[in-house]
Amino acid sequence: MNDIRVMLGRSMRHVTRSLDTIITVTIMPIAFLLLFRYVFGGAIQTGTDNYTNYLMPGVLLIAIASGISYTAFRLFMDMKSGIFERFHSMPIARSSVLWGHVLTSLVSNAISVVVIMLVGLIMGFRSSAGVLAWLGVAGILALFTLALTWLAVIPGLTASTPDGASAFSYPLVFLPFVSSAFVPTGTMPGPVRVFAENQPVTAIVNAIRSLFEQQPVGNDIWIALAWCAGILVVAYGFAMAAYRRKIA
Amino acid sequence: MEKQGPAIRVSGLRKSYQKLEVLKGVDFEVARGSIYALLGSNGAGKTTIVRILSTLLQADDGDASVNGFDVVAEPARVRESISLTGQFAAVDEILTGRENLVMIGRLRRIDDPRRTADELLERFGLAEAAGRRVATYSGGMRRRLDIAMSLIGDPPVIFLDEPTTGLDPEGRLEVWQVIQKLAHGGTTILLTTQYLDEAEKLADRIAILHDGTIIVSGTLAELRELLPPAKVEYVERQPTLEEIFLAIVGQR
Ligand SMILES: Nc1ncnc2c1ncn2[C@@H]1O[C@H](COP(=O)(O)OP(=O)(O)OP(=O)(O)O)[C@@H](O)[C@H]1O
Ligand SMILES: [Mg+2]
Repeated sequence: MNDIRVMLGRSMRHVTRSLDTIITVTIMPIAFLLLFRYVFGGAIQTGTDNYTNYLMPGVLLIAIASGISYTAFRLFMDMKSGIFERFHSMPIARSSVLWGHVLTSLVSNAISVVVIMLVGLIMGFRSSAGVLAWLGVAGILALFTLALTWLAVIPGLTASTPDGASAFSYPLVFLPFVSSAFVPTGTMPGPVRVFAENQPVTAIVNAIRSLFEQQPVGNDIWIALAWCAGILVVAYGFAMAAYRRKIA
Repeated sequence: MEKQGPAIRVSGLRKSYQKLEVLKGVDFEVARGSIYALLGSNGAGKTTIVRILSTLLQADDGDASVNGFDVVAEPARVRESISLTGQFAAVDEILTGRENLVMIGRLRRIDDPRRTADELLERFGLAEAAGRRVATYSGGMRRRLDIAMSLIGDPPVIFLDEPTTGLDPEGRLEVWQVIQKLAHGGTTILLTTQYLDEAEKLADRIAILHDGTIIVSGTLAELRELLPPAKVEYVERQPTLEEIFLAIVGQR
C-alpha cells in the first residue's frame, strides 16, 4: 500500500504539472458539448426537451476515452526513461508500478468528469436522479475508465513511439459518434444502425441516460456492465501478458 | 541479512537475444567490500550481466547470486540487497531533484526521506538545483542525481553501469571519491566502464569480457604480468591498463 501511495502521488504530480493534458482532456469534450448543444442541437430530433441532458453521457465517455491515452503516454515515458526498470530493481511490490498509473487514471478521469458536469450544469444539464442512481452512474463510469485504462496499458508497454502509445485512443473517441450518444439510432441506415445499436457505447449511454432521468434502466445496464467487464478482463489479460514479456 | 561468501557469484552464465549469443558462459566472483570492474567493448554484454544480476532479465542458463541469494529463486531478497545505477540515467524528469530522492526514500522506507534527500543533494552539488524540475538539468547533473538515488537505503551491493560516462573531469573525480568511500564503508561495487583509467584507479579486481566470456581477470598487477616482457622494455614505463586491454583483446 505504501508503494502504491508513493506511485500514485508521483503520477498525480505528472498530471497536475502538465497543464496541457488537463486542458485537452476537458476542453475537447466541453467543445463538443457546446457544439452539439448550440450549433447542431436545434436541428436534431431526439424526442426529449433537454438536449444537454441527452448529450451528457456520450460527452463524458469521450472525455474518458481521450483521458486514458495520457495513461498510455505516461507509461510509455516511464518505460523509455528507464525509471520503470529502476523501480523493478528495488525492493517494492512490482505491481505497484502499474497500479499507480491505473489509479492515477481513475482519479484524473474522475476530476475531468466532474469539471465537465459542472460546465453542463451551467448549460442547463439537470437530473432528478437520487443517490442510488448517481452511485450507479459513478460506478459505470469508473468501470468504463478501468476497462479502457487497462486497454491503454497495452500500447503504453509495447509502443515504440510516444505517438504510437497514444494514437490507439482515436477510434475510441470516435466510437460515441456512431452510437446513440448524440442522435437516436433509429434514423441511421441499416448496417450503421446495426453497428450502433450493438456496440458498447450505446448500451452505456442509454443506461446512464436512464439513470439520470429516473427511468427504468431495463436491459441496457446489464449489457453495459457486461461490455465493461468483458473489455476489462480481456484488456487486463493482454496487458499482463505484455507486462510479463517486458520484464522477463 | 549479512551472509557469508562472496557478494556476487556468477557461474556458467549464458544469454542469447534471438540468434545473437551474447554471454557464452561467464564466471566470476566479487569479494565483499571490494570494487570489481567489468571491462568490454561496446556490445560485449556488460549491461546484460548487470541486468541479470539486478533481476531485470532472466539468463538462459547458469547461476548467479547476489549477497548469497539466487537471482532466480529469491529475486525479492536480491532486490533488498542491491541498488542499480543503469547505463542511462533513470530519473523522473517531471519531478524536482529533491522529489526524486524523497520518492526513492519513501519506497525504501527509510526513516527520514527528506533529511536524507537534503544530505545527498548537498553531497552531490545539487543543493541549488534541488527545487528545479529534472528536465532542466544538464546531463552531468542528471547522472549525479541518478547515483545519489542509488545510495539511498545503504544497500550492501551497488551496480554502476558506466557511472561516469558523460561527466566532466571534476564530476568524474567526485563520483570516484563517492565510490571509494562506499567501498571503504564495506559496500560491494560492481562497475562497468569504457574508461580504462577508471578501472585502473578504482578497481580491486578487473575482468575483461570478450566474445561472451571473461577472458582474463585479476588485480592490475596480475594483468600487467600477462604482457610479454619485451613490451615492457619497449615502453619504458609500466604499461597502462589500456595497453593490456588492447593487447589481450587483439590476441584473440
Ligand atoms: N533487448 C535486446 N534485444 C536484442 N539484442 C539485444 C538486446 N539487448 C542487448 N542486445 C544486444 O546484446 C549485445 C550486448 O549488449 P549489452 O548492452 O549487454 O552490451 P554492453 O557491453 O553493455 O555494451 P555498451 O558498452 O555499448 O553499453 C549487443 O550486441 C546488443 O545489441
Ligand atoms: Mg552497456
